[in-house]
Amino acid sequence: MDQSNYINDLVEQFKTLPGGMLPLLHAIKHKVGHIPESAIDPIAKGLNLSRAEVHGVISFYHDFNTQPKGRNIVQICRAEACQSMGSRHIETHAKQSLGIDYGEVTNDGLLTLEPVYCLGNCACSPSVRINDDIHARVDSERFDQLIVDLKKQDSRLLEGDL
Amino acid sequence: MRVQLFVPQDTTALALGADAVAMAIAKGITSRGLDIDVVRNGSRGMFWLEPLVELKTAAGRVAFGSVNVTDVESVLDAVERCVAGEEANCPLFLGASESIDYLAKQQRLTFKRSGIGDPLCLKNYQKLHGFKGLEKALTMSGQQIVDEVKTSGLRGRGGAAFPAGIKWQTVLNAPAEQKYIVCNADEGDSGTFADRLLMESDPYQLIEGMVIAGLAVGANQGYIYLRSEYPVAHNIMNQAIDNATKAGFLGKNIGDSGSDFFLEVRLGAGAYICGEETSLLESLEGKRGMVRAKPPLPAIEGLFGMPTVVNNVLTLGAVASILGEGATKYKDFGMGRSRGTLAVQLAGNIKRGGLIELAFGVTLRQIVDDFGAGTFSGRPIKAIQMGGPLGAFLPESQWDTPLDYEAFAAIKAMIGHGGIVVFDDTADMAAQARFAMEFCVVESCGKCTPCRIGSTRGVEVIDRIVSNQERDNNLILLHELCDTMELGSLCAMGGMTPFPVRSALTYFEEDFGLSSRGDH
Ligand SMILES: Cc1cc2nc3c(=O)[nH]c(=O)nc-3n(C[C@H](O)[C@H](O)[C@H](O)COP(=O)(O)O)c2cc1C
Ligand code: SF4
Ligand code: FES
Repeated sequence: MDQSNYINDLVEQFKTLPGGMLPLLHAIKHKVGHIPESAIDPIAKGLNLSRAEVHGVISFYHDFNTQPKGRNIVQICRAEACQSMGSRHIETHAKQSLGIDYGEVTNDGLLTLEPVYCLGNCACSPSVRINDDIHARVDSERFDQLIVDLKKQDSRLLEGDL
Repeated sequence: MRVQLFVPQDTTALALGADAVAMAIAKGITSRGLDIDVVRNGSRGMFWLEPLVELKTAAGRVAFGSVNVTDVESVLDAVERCVAGEEANCPLFLGASESIDYLAKQQRLTFKRSGIGDPLCLKNYQKLHGFKGLEKALTMSGQQIVDEVKTSGLRGRGGAAFPAGIKWQTVLNAPAEQKYIVCNADEGDSGTFADRLLMESDPYQLIEGMVIAGLAVGANQGYIYLRSEYPVAHNIMNQAIDNATKAGFLGKNIGDSGSDFFLEVRLGAGAYICGEETSLLESLEGKRGMVRAKPPLPAIEGLFGMPTVVNNVLTLGAVASILGEGATKYKDFGMGRSRGTLAVQLAGNIKRGGLIELAFGVTLRQIVDDFGAGTFSGRPIKAIQMGGPLGAFLPESQWDTPLDYEAFAAIKAMIGHGGIVVFDDTADMAAQARFAMEFCVVESCGKCTPCRIGSTRGVEVIDRIVSNQERDNNLILLHELCDTMELGSLCAMGGMTPFPVRSALTYFEEDFGLSSRGDH
């Protein structure tokens, strides 16, 4: 099924749900990885809003973005408890070793690096989230290991796709 | 009885490798031909000991921690010895779980079941007195339930500490076709994880509290607004709602009472401000999370314009035990106008971080010394930030303040949601003050100029102070900016960001490059 079809399906599915906008955006993000520009029109129509209103909602939330992302999302916690355990070093190290800043995608499309403000793991900081897995007590070395593991997993998935 | 081994599956245990430990244990059990069941439980909240593996035999429950994959074989050796009635003889052996000092010294009401069993097992929940509160509530009128909550003295645990019973009374009194119960599970404060722990370790308690709230005020629809940073809690809550619905604790005609209660989890989308209740309601309605002016109160015009109870996870959780065990029992804990227990969350640079549930009145020093055992780094503590990113940084002279809402307000600090973040002496408090402003830039909803623009200016002014550009003038400017934010902001985001900034400046001025002037 091509992209516009399942976006229409999702809009159909959520348009009558009270306050269905966020669940709809999450569902699209779950499928596509981001909210494609081409989704704005069908969302606006389905929910009876203007395009500007839909854009307004998307731009308000850190989770939603109209730009394509990497195949994986890597988030570094930069809130206070993690700072107290040295997360600033991990941020610097990660940006340097991956060669990207927050919000950017690595050249190979492997990952998008994002800041996050608390993952609820503050008793065992610093914390890093990779997709839906959270990792505790991460230092620079452990971060590198996590990225090596992610690469392996990613290439297995890519091969499986072929 | 069957011998059982428990391996936690809450976020922190998982983040420390609990899945791999559970797998290694299962493999070891098979290869040794042992007759032992592995149960994935919630966490006891002693995060410094995670992954904490517990063994349950007819003789009781004992613990091993922290268990890594490489420890599994030696732990299984010890397990076999314990089962045979011999000494454990293992360096990770901690003795009887409930005698571990950290746990034994607590007064657990809301977290009494946390980590004991499979969080999704309804039978287990009932065996541990679950749904006792609901059973009682089903025999009471709405007004009687509200009175019970009032008697308990329970105040909101989300931060503002508003009396829960009074809020419920307003919603009960508001005539409307449709009312809502909204659970605030946005838990955005750094250093907090109690909501997460409750949802991951004892989700039925939250469900029970919400159904009771629905019965009390006459609401048949509930929403849990859960932050998207909590994938594990999301999964567990959804399963718990499914199970509770199938078993008749949610849905139509609960317990043959004629009352319905439907419950749904809604995910947030990474916005700290959506923890503020009116922003949360806007977000639930599918809009930008812009803070609403009050009045009208959400209790009168809340979700979709209808009377709505908005309460924190822990507030609603406490209601279940208040109804179950009686309001007086709850009220007997605490001091002054802070009744019951507080779920302290000890975090940051600390040796023994975790959840500590205690009656109000204990001091910060007791928490960081007796429970925390000092910093993780082994260095001296420099500052403690209590109450999340909008809370003040407290120097040692203030650590003897008892945990009590009024006592903290008196020193311009706050208990908030109960999070404590510890910093050692390497922390740069000017950098922390700058971060407080920066966080406000990132998370402001944008409605008020002092918050939206003032925070950006705040970052610049702090940078100029630290780099010694017109330092004296910029210091005056920073104080004026803080005044403007405090006075001209609609909510605590802009209104309280000055608290951490000013406290850093007052108590740690040397970090800003100011020589100690000895005037405080
Ligand atoms: C900026 C800001 C963030 C907040 N974040 C949360 C939060 O994450 N969780 C929460 O329960 N309350 C939060 N609150 C407090 C809520 O506005 C509200 O007081 C609370 O949900 C009411 O429930 P309670 O009475 O049970 O505490 C926040 C308030 C502000 C101003
Ligand atoms: S103080 Fe800040 S977050 Fe609060 S309403 Fe104003 S702009 Fe929004
Ligand atoms: S501050 Fe990083 S996990 Fe809470």
